[in-house]
Amino acid sequence: MNKLKLATVWLGGCSGCHMSFLDLDEWLLDLAAQIDLVYSPLADIKEYPEGVDVVLVEGAVANEDNLELIKKVRDRSNILISFGDCAVTGNVTALRNPLRDTESVLQRCYLEAADIQNQIPHQPGIVPTLLEQVQPVHAIVNVDIYLPGCPTDADRIRAALEPLLTRETPNLTGEQIRFG
Amino acid sequence: MAVKTLTINDRLVSARESETVLDAARDAGIHIPTLCHLEGVSNIGACRLCLVEISGSNKLQPACVTKVAEGMEIQTNTERLQKYRRMIIELLFAEGNHICSVCVANGNCELQNLAVEMGMNHVSLAYQFPQRTVDLSHDRFGIDHNRCVLCTRCVRVCDEIEAAHTWDMAGRGHNSHVITDLNQPWGTSDSCTSCGKCLMACPTGAIFAQGSTVGEMTKERSKLEFITTARKKGEWLVVGS
Ligand code: SF4
Ligand code: SF4
Ligand code: SF4
Ligand code: FES
Repeated sequence: MNKLKLATVWLGGCSGCHMSFLDLDEWLLDLAAQIDLVYSPLADIKEYPEGVDVVLVEGAVANEDNLELIKKVRDRSNILISFGDCAVTGNVTALRNPLRDTESVLQRCYLEAADIQNQIPHQPGIVPTLLEQVQPVHAIVNVDIYLPGCPTDADRIRAALEPLLTRETPNLTGEQIRFG
Repeated sequence: MAVKTLTINDRLVSARESETVLDAARDAGIHIPTLCHLEGVSNIGACRLCLVEISGSNKLQPACVTKVAEGMEIQTNTERLQKYRRMIIELLFAEGNHICSVCVANGNCELQNLAVEMGMNHVSLAYQFPQRTVDLSHDRFGIDHNRCVLCTRCVRVCDEIEAAHTWDMAGRGHNSHVITDLNQPWGTSDSCTSCGKCLMACPTGAIFAQGSTVGEMTKERSKLEFITTARKKGEWLVVGS
């Protein structure tokens, strides 16, 4: 059997779910022996490759970059896992949604609440434009597996990945799907 | 008192005629999920989570307000019911702002527990992200309308047990919300005795103790149960009775 091509993607999230991934401790060594990590914030690869078997997507879709990347990720991956509450529900990233317009959010964060250098970041091509509303991943593209938790703890990540290594579909139930 | 015999999930069960289907099921150790039901106060059949199938009727009936009857044949957990219940929980999550990871009730919440029970690993409906407020004007308690599921348990416990009737409902449709006194800040309410019963009754993180932070808000339901059981047994002195 060919090695599983695994990718991990970081959209609008705090990277806590990726930290949790590192919490897999020594199982990471077992995992590493059975996969090729083809794209990840933990690896220095610039372009999301074709033919990814499994991808863990952390974070909600919050800005133009996220939106572009998640569509590419969907096109180029077989199994897409919504990884953590931000991806699954919008979670903390979507806290701004009830405020509706992005202008007042930026104003509050970068002008009113700032201590120094109060200015709204504006670098077209570098700082991506915020979307009006933050969306969970499944509101934009099709999701195959949901892995909630804030952060998703290492046991849950393992419960999702282990069956996939032998090309089986994980079935998460009970406490493994609790939000929060 | 007359006894009725019925079957629940193909099991023969007997119940007093004054009992509801929910009572009968619970006495028999059969679990029916509930949200607006609270032991010791009246039932209003609002959340529809306890819907059951009764033979001979196409309409689903809420177990908490349906009285038992002789020969009733009830199913409590069919595929259709499971589908409805998950839909109800998804609706509740979609129409409020439930961000469990930063909620006072995280890990101690009846709504969150129900989501786990229904196997809800995501919400398929579009989130509404409504604009709702938080009232921190009361010295000891707070209410976060973002987490309120409109079960009215606070309304009933305050009215029927504490007899203060501080809480009520106002607004229609998605503007519905609970209010204190004449729709004024809770801290300015004249009727509230600060007894904390609404806090214990609230199933979610909506009513909380001031100063509690993420995951800290455990509801001491046992205190409430103590009062309601005592009342049921007539051990509670009611003035004028
Ligand atoms: S009230 Fe319950 S379901 Fe809602 S955010 Fe808090 S813990 Fe989650
Ligand atoms: S603290 Fe007691 S009196 Fe005040 S609103 Fe809650 S239940 Fe009613
Ligand atoms: S505040 Fe709590 S008890 Fe009152 S209606 Fe809302 S969820 Fe129910
Ligand atoms: S518990 Fe019966 S309708 Fe809510």
